[in-house]
Amino acid sequence: MADLRDLYQEVILEHNNKPRNFKVLADANRKAEGYNPLCGDRLVLFVKVDGDTIQDISFQGSGCAISKASTSMMTSTVKGKTVAEASQLFEKIHGMLSGQLTSPVELEKLGKLQALAGVCEFPARVKCASLAWHTLKSALENKSNAISTE
Amino acid sequence: MNRQGNKMVSSMVNEKAKSGGKGTLDFDVERIRKDFPILQTKVHGKPLVYLDNAATTQKPKTVIDTLVRYYTTINANIHRGVHHLSEKATADYEESRKKVKRFLNAAKTEEIIFVRGATEGINLVAHSFGKKFIQKGDEIIISHIEHHSNIVPWQILCAEKEAKLKVIPVNHRGELILEEYEKLLSPRTKLVSVGHVSNSIGTINPIKKIIARAHKTGAYVLIDGAQAVPHMPVDVADLDCDFYVFSSHKIYGPTGVGVLYGKEQLLNEMPPYQSGGDMISFVTFEKTHYNTLPFKFEAGTPNIAGIVVLGAVLDYVSSIGMERIAAYEQDLLAYATKRLTEVEDLRIIGTAKEKAAIVSFTLGDIHAHDVGTILDREGIAIRTGHHCAMPVMERFGVPATARASFAFYNTKGEIDALAEALKKVKKVFGHG
Repeated sequence: MADLRDLYQEVILEHNNKPRNFKVLADANRKAEGYNPLCGDRLVLFVKVDGDTIQDISFQGSGCAISKASTSMMTSTVKGKTVAEASQLFEKIHGMLSGQLTSPVELEKLGKLQALAGVCEFPARVKCASLAWHTLKSALENKSNAISTE
Repeated sequence: MNRQGNKMVSSMVNEKAKSGGKGTLDFDVERIRKDFPILQTKVHGKPLVYLDNAATTQKPKTVIDTLVRYYTTINANIHRGVHHLSEKATADYEESRKKVKRFLNAAKTEEIIFVRGATEGINLVAHSFGKKFIQKGDEIIISHIEHHSNIVPWQILCAEKEAKLKVIPVNHRGELILEEYEKLLSPRTKLVSVGHVSNSIGTINPIKKIIARAHKTGAYVLIDGAQAVPHMPVDVADLDCDFYVFSSHKIYGPTGVGVLYGKEQLLNEMPPYQSGGDMISFVTFEKTHYNTLPFKFEAGTPNIAGIVVLGAVLDYVSSIGMERIAAYEQDLLAYATKRLTEVEDLRIIGTAKEKAAIVSFTLGDIHAHDVGTILDREGIAIRTGHHCAMPVMERFGVPATARASFAFYNTKGEIDALAEALKKVKKVFGHG
């Protein structure tokens, strides 16, 4: 049985308490809204893309510890990366959360994002962790509509 | 008002003497718990503490046995066959209708329509009553603490008919503000549709007053009784409501069955909701004559087994007594309110003076969903989220709440377990 500590790891609790990049980005040129109707998590992502690079990224909103920490970690990870790199990361995170990406070597490459691996043992919470990433994808594809995990 | 099932009452009274008043109010909860096999379940190695009764209730063994017996010995279609099984199935099905009539104290069995659930009951009225009675410029009144199922059908109807939807506001305790309701009523008001008990915060609405006041203006009234019927006596004759709906699965019965009570005269004036078999008296390609009540509103083969089982459920709860169930649950509510108030940073959302045994709360800045996951690891099942009542969440300025909702098989020991587990939640988040 998965332990609660697998889900609520220190790094997750810490990001929940002190979310990074938690602000409005005045000069953002991409924006997307994410919504999880099951738990009421809502977030708005602000992204400044310059050429191919994610120059800056921030978010606002409210949600559970998992969704907030996931969003906070996502923003600090993708800042400075290219759009293509962020898309690759999206695929890997998707694999990790759905329990398909299990190779320790691959997981190690994800750095602190590995903390989210425990979520796949809690099926009801997978959407909480994936919301930030789906919203990022939507922002990068410049879809204007609010995205939902449903 | 309930006249059936004396056998079980007497056996419970005998048992009660032995338990030495362990259950409060002479209510032997330990004996009742034995009637519900699922309560023996272990979740994550801990005894199940089921506090999600406003979502759905657990089923007593007698109900499960009735379902097995129905499919083992009776199963046939109703109102059609001349053979033995069909006659038996029809008799049991119609016997359930009589039981529901007695349970709600309706005047006639023709006033009891079987549907899939409270939601379908409301939709039936919105479609059928709406078609006949709602016109451009008319007004429908609901309240701020309704379940989405008592909001959306009226929104759709109002959009179609160019009618107006008005909302009774609530005060900070989550009680309807009746002075504001007075102001909303007008000769244009055609229907008032409110819940008997709020599913999200537990408020018991003063529906008798609401109904009388609407009638004075000439408006009809629908009461959504999904959260009331399982927990207190309901008497539609005394209430004088025009429609009353409830769901079987919230009163310890099967899913997929519900009841719409409607006054006979009104139901007679309303057009059919769905059409097909059973709701007709004869059909030619030129014209169809509709069947009489209640069959006019029961097109197609219904959930026969579920409806037969609902009859058994009503026998079961009547044998215990709805007054006793209500009194015991009020005792649980008082204890839960006290124990949860003692948990630091816990804020109860919905503090109406008249409340059913539902406690909605927030815990500091810890999101309800996190609370729910951690409690689950302790074997405790609660609901977290917006409870299909997003306007209520918005009214109290919270994105979501955790909700513990009780039934007559819950115990004070389980409430203690909840309070202790909430302290554990705070520990995980470094607050205690």
